[in-house]
Amino acid sequence: MEKQLKLIIEALLFASSKPLSTQDIHGCLPDTTLPDIRAALTGLQTEYESMERSFVLKEVAQGYQIRTRSGYAPYVLRMLRSSPSRLSRAALETVAIIAYKQPIIRQEIERFRGVDVGGILRMLLEKDLIRIMGRKILPGRPLIYGTTKRFLEVFDLKDLESLPKLKEIKDFGSGDEESVQIPEEDTQIDESKEKETPPISYEPEITPTGEWEGPEA
Amino acid sequence: MEYEVKLEIFEGPLDLLLHLIHKNELDIFDIPITKIADQYLAYLDMMKALNISVAGDFLVMASTLIHIKSKMLLPGLNDGDEGEDPRDEIMRPLLEYMRLKEMAEELSEREILGKDVFARQDFSLDQDQIDAEVPRLDVNLFQLIDAFKRIMEQIEPGADLTLRYEKWSIKDKSQLIVSLLKEKGEMFFDEIFTGDRTVSELIVTFLALLELVHTGLVRVFQPSHSSGIRLVAHFDQNERTDNDEKYGETA
Repeated sequence: MEKQLKLIIEALLFASSKPLSTQDIHGCLPDTTLPDIRAALTGLQTEYESMERSFVLKEVAQGYQIRTRSGYAPYVLRMLRSSPSRLSRAALETVAIIAYKQPIIRQEIERFRGVDVGGILRMLLEKDLIRIMGRKILPGRPLIYGTTKRFLEVFDLKDLESLPKLKEIKDFGSGDEESVQIPEEDTQIDESKEKETPPISYEPEITPTGEWEGPEA
Repeated sequence: MEYEVKLEIFEGPLDLLLHLIHKNELDIFDIPITKIADQYLAYLDMMKALNISVAGDFLVMASTLIHIKSKMLLPGLNDGDEGEDPRDEIMRPLLEYMRLKEMAEELSEREILGKDVFARQDFSLDQDQIDAEVPRLDVNLFQLIDAFKRIMEQIEPGADLTLRYEKWSIKDKSQLIVSLLKEKGEMFFDEIFTGDRTVSELIVTFLALLELVHTGLVRVFQPSHSSGIRLVAHFDQNERTDNDEKYGETA
């Protein structure tokens, strides 16, 4: 039975194009308990590892996904007829600040980078790596940015807590320096917004030119 | 549109400053401000000589450096205030910037999907139609516009050259979308355009959809990243008449 369960889960993972959470799997196998599913997943992980296959079972974005090992990238790319997806250094820096400092507004991002980030934010939104979490109650009602589930998938992260830890910069006790606190997606900031506008209306407020238009403007 | 100076190496003033500090092997906690300010300005001069327009950010930093330099020359102004080093003004952002570069470095070293590692690609739309309880990714405006572009491209050029005077109003089209949604409950994005023949009609339909989304009567979502965008009615049974009036007003 145990082996059968492992094979069923393997089939699900094999056929899925997105990471499957233990809950997703449980949805397909209602009679199986979550601990059993977890055990089977770990079993599969060690199995692939010990068989030295070209793929591994990775835990990303709060789910599990079968992924090729990095050594095979050149061949897979040739098969897909595509070039490796790349982010410019500027884009990488911007998504990094958002990841570590979210929820964050554009002004803060620009303070870190020292340059305008409007174009980059738009590009990251288009790539679905960042999302708009709401608006901050500040003059101009600036948009609040955070990362998406897609971000976790792309950067091989289990969740936001597993972002690589940074070496603390010592000798630099700035009072306003916040510790890297990573909130869950959909944090409290959203609540205050929802009272004023229905959540769906966030999106149309962003014009493609990146101008900020408040609903009441 | 965007005012952007792309130099090959220096993305912004902080980048340039950091470069100068590294080049001169300086201690970031004890920056010889005169030296750095001079080199920084020399670099800006060089950019001008090369006829590269200098972005405002670079100029702001130049003035900050000069301001710090002048403060350093006049210590008497700040006497008694020993804890405050004027250089903090650039040291803080520089340290934060270094930290940020480290963050970016950490991220880029990971096994990136689509670059280093690969997973199965989404291969079927049908899968989503079977599965009723698909997770709902909210669709953003860009995705909607992309989808609309695709539909615009599908329309045959010259298929209908008769020019008609404003046949469709956003109000009509919103009503049509709402009634279709009442009937079916859920629709594919493409479906609302099926009857549309001309570009202007497509645009009116699209605007009507945006309006409905804005008023919150329709929700757009995508079951997965590469599947079709879907629309779903977002009004309750008992609210219907109420909302009908509402969008009638707004349209």
